[in-house]
Amino acid sequence: MNVHLILFLAFAAVAVAGAVNLLAQTHPINSALSLIAVMAALAGEYLLLGAEFVAALQVIVYAGAVMVLFVFVIMLLNAGVEERTQGSRVAILFGIPGAVLGSVLVAWVVLRHSGTGEVPAGALPGVPATIGPLLFHEFLLPFEITSILILIAIMGAVVLASTPPSAPVPPREEN
Amino acid sequence: MPIWLYILASVIKSAVVLGVLLGAVAYTVWLERKVVGHIQNRWGPTRVGPFGLLQPIADGLKLLVKEDLTPPHVYKPLYIAAPLIAIIFALTSISVIPFGNPITIGGYSIPLQITTDVNTGLLLILGVTSIGVYGVALAGWSSNNKYSLLGGLRASAQMVSYEISLGLSLVGVLIMAGSFSLHDIVDAQAGHFWGFIPRWNIFTGQFVGFFCYLTAAYAETNRIPFDLPEAETELVAGYHTEYSAMKFAMFFMAEYANMITVGCLATLLFFGGWRGPVFGPTILKAVLPVFWFAAKVFVFLFIYIWVRGTLPRFRYDQLMAFGWKVLLPIALVNVIATAIAVVW
Repeated sequence: MNVHLILFLAFAAVAVAGAVNLLAQTHPINSALSLIAVMAALAGEYLLLGAEFVAALQVIVYAGAVMVLFVFVIMLLNAGVEERTQGSRVAILFGIPGAVLGSVLVAWVVLRHSGTGEVPAGALPGVPATIGPLLFHEFLLPFEITSILILIAIMGAVVLASTPPSAPVPPREEN
Repeated sequence: MPIWLYILASVIKSAVVLGVLLGAVAYTVWLERKVVGHIQNRWGPTRVGPFGLLQPIADGLKLLVKEDLTPPHVYKPLYIAAPLIAIIFALTSISVIPFGNPITIGGYSIPLQITTDVNTGLLLILGVTSIGVYGVALAGWSSNNKYSLLGGLRASAQMVSYEISLGLSLVGVLIMAGSFSLHDIVDAQAGHFWGFIPRWNIFTGQFVGFFCYLTAAYAETNRIPFDLPEAETELVAGYHTEYSAMKFAMFFMAEYANMITVGCLATLLFFGGWRGPVFGPTILKAVLPVFWFAAKVFVFLFIYIWVRGTLPRFRYDQLMAFGWKVLLPIALVNVIATAIAVVW
């Protein structure tokens, strides 16, 4: 029980609590804030692995830009409290055992392949000076394709949000 | 270094830096009122103490004892959390900023920054400023008020847009220094041209990068000419309309603390940090770098206030168009030009 393990458990507890809170909250803004807590806890986990560049980028990109846009949309659309619908018996009957089975399966596969040894901080290269060449040599193709994917997503969003040029402007109601 | 000594040194450094920072925030307000006053051909505060120097103390006391009114229709958890988020992250970014060379006390070398020299120091500051956007956005939304909501939305969109140009304008400096650590970036600016022009980054090619950074930083800190989110003539007071007394003071302090952080970063990255003529006995040699650093940050604060007194504010569509269509391409071209120049 060293400091590393205690910190790991602390960040993991925050991440799991944030994820559970995200599902349990009824107002979307509270869910968005819980997701930010999850992102921050994951950044802490990356830091514990010695990946300081990825941890900083997680905070800058995920928690600081993507989630800001989520919050922006929730504020702009004035999304209200979600409605309580009747529970689905089929979902509970098949869902809970299915979820338990799925997580046991995933845990078994992961432990089978990687064991329970912990990664000491600094064992993996995390300095920007090592990640940069990796990104531009071994992982150049995924890098470039991801940027094209994002460009396509932006174009799709612009097309969806723009008004069609031939649609007639609806006449204003006369008072 | 034994762990107890490290903790003791960190606690002392935190206390000193926070004390100086909060004092600097209060007196930056004084400086702003005096300088903007003189620009507008009037005296600033002159009555409270000589040259109005006790005015910030009077203001602080007023804000402490003022009635802290919480309007009934606000969303309470976020209403209370938003100024806390703003001030916490504004004060956190000062923790990786080095003020001088490491000093040696009793055989131990103590770095003059609250943390040790973090090798991704610059990314940490960028990350903390990214999170500071939430303070503004959530304040605008939780106030349940159309002026605040518009102010909060405008502020968050503006800050996210200009963060990109801010980051890119710093990439030029990073290419030249080869490290994210702020200490290394300052050390890369050592030496002189022809004996007397210092080899600061602004003279060795980052001229465009500096102006890009300054403009993006003005937009990030919501200062004129980019202060539409808190424009008095258009949005009552924008995102801090419904806040009174201490919570308003926290937003105020967060804004000025962000200004000071921007000034510190600009001196570290473009103006050689604490480098300056060092002479005299050893005690003077330890204090002079900190003095040069403070003098350069003061110059930046003065420029901030000077711009505030001089320029009118941008309209929102002009602001967004400028950020995406002008500043971002300039920052990108700066990165490419710096990369080409370094490789050659």
